Amino acid sequence: MPSIQHLFEVFISSYDQFFHATWLTLKLTVVSIFIAMFIGLFFALLKISRIAVLESIANFYIFIVRGTPLIVQIFIFYFGLTELNMSDFWAATLGLAFHNGAYIAEIFRGAIQSIEKGQMEAGRSLGMSRTLTMRRIILPQAFRRALPPLGNQFIIGLKDSSLAAFIGVYEIFNLATTQGSESFDSMTWLIICAIYYLILVFLLTLLVSYMERRLAVSD
Amino acid sequence: MSAKEMIRIEKLNKSFGDLHVLKDIDMTVNESDVVVLIGASGSGKSTLLRCINFLEIKDHGKVIIEGEEIDPSTHNLNDVRQNVGMVFQHFNLFPHKTVLENVIEAPVHVKKMSRKQAVEEAKVLLEKVGLADKADEYPSRLSGGQKQRVAIARSLAMQPDIMLFDEPTSALDPELVGEVLATMKELANEGMTMVVVTHEMGFAREVADWVVYMHDGYIVETGKPNELFDNPKEERTQEFLSTIL
Repeated sequence: MPSIQHLFEVFISSYDQFFHATWLTLKLTVVSIFIAMFIGLFFALLKISRIAVLESIANFYIFIVRGTPLIVQIFIFYFGLTELNMSDFWAATLGLAFHNGAYIAEIFRGAIQSIEKGQMEAGRSLGMSRTLTMRRIILPQAFRRALPPLGNQFIIGLKDSSLAAFIGVYEIFNLATTQGSESFDSMTWLIICAIYYLILVFLLTLLVSYMERRLAVSD
Repeated sequence: MSAKEMIRIEKLNKSFGDLHVLKDIDMTVNESDVVVLIGASGSGKSTLLRCINFLEIKDHGKVIIEGEEIDPSTHNLNDVRQNVGMVFQHFNLFPHKTVLENVIEAPVHVKKMSRKQAVEEAKVLLEKVGLADKADEYPSRLSGGQKQRVAIARSLAMQPDIMLFDEPTSALDPELVGEVLATMKELANEGMTMVVVTHEMGFAREVADWVVYMHDGYIVETGKPNELFDNPKEERTQEFLSTIL
């Protein structure tokens, strides 16, 4: 184990490198989660559409994502998308979005189905269409209910972004392993890398609980 | 002189799977009539009510609203429902919206009324149900009786020609029943056409023009309140009334 003092020194001297790597990790996470939210909502709506073909499509997507390792998915996106001249950053981002989208779809579906049946009936009885009631009445309530499990998924997404290292994205984990083996000081770099992840997860947790409180005004 | 026919139901049948809930229902409701449906639970009265605004779709028979036979496969039911308001047992207010937002939701987003006008009209309606001071509260802060009065205001905001009430006081604490019934009575006095499923026999006797007794999916007897309550013709009606009065 490195001494505390050594750890502290490397932490300070590597600040600049980690700053850039953290920025990349954040970009990977935020962009992939952002896209994953749309993918998730889309497939959640397919799953509750009561149209057999659409449900099957959604189930197939979720089956593929859940049934294969994330690292395999990222590699497939990487080799598939480099043919399209896509950067490794975008291959990783889309791979992560594709992956998180399936879990977010299940979170949204559960939240939507947990909203009382009477809400849809009340909307319909006022002459609102199914789509309008879904958009104005059901989804806002479902989103609020989905927030705690979504927060959890955001954290998983943040940590999983470290797998982008394997296709060359120079984010936090890649920086730590590369610098660690070059300096024969892997342990120090890995511990610093872990500290950065802890800080990021902590901040993300604060953000999610802030949003939960904001959305709880009607309680 | 014949009053305008608001609802006519002919030979209506409805099943849920093997369960035959409505059997050859015939019923007519004229303008400004208050019709109260009574009967034991499971007799089909709520289902009949829900067939009138197409929350349930009949299997056979006709549902004629304001002279027009409504075919769910060709009619735009959203348009039909704008004219047929419904108040639910469990209120079904939108919990993420304030009282005012609940009331203006459909006028703004369905009727495309301007927000300003919708708010003005909503305030008048909230005044009418005695809740003007609660406009900016969320439903979670209201009592059951207040919630139900907001739900009534929300339905009225669409200016329906017909109002359906599905056991509007059944989920309320006894001391809150009166305020909701008073609001309904006021509405009846203003000439609203109303179909009400309720166990409040006092309300039926006082406010109803017609009382309909249902049993096992059939309409057993229809009559003026004093006839039906004091001199029921059918044995089944007598039995039912003896259990509840």
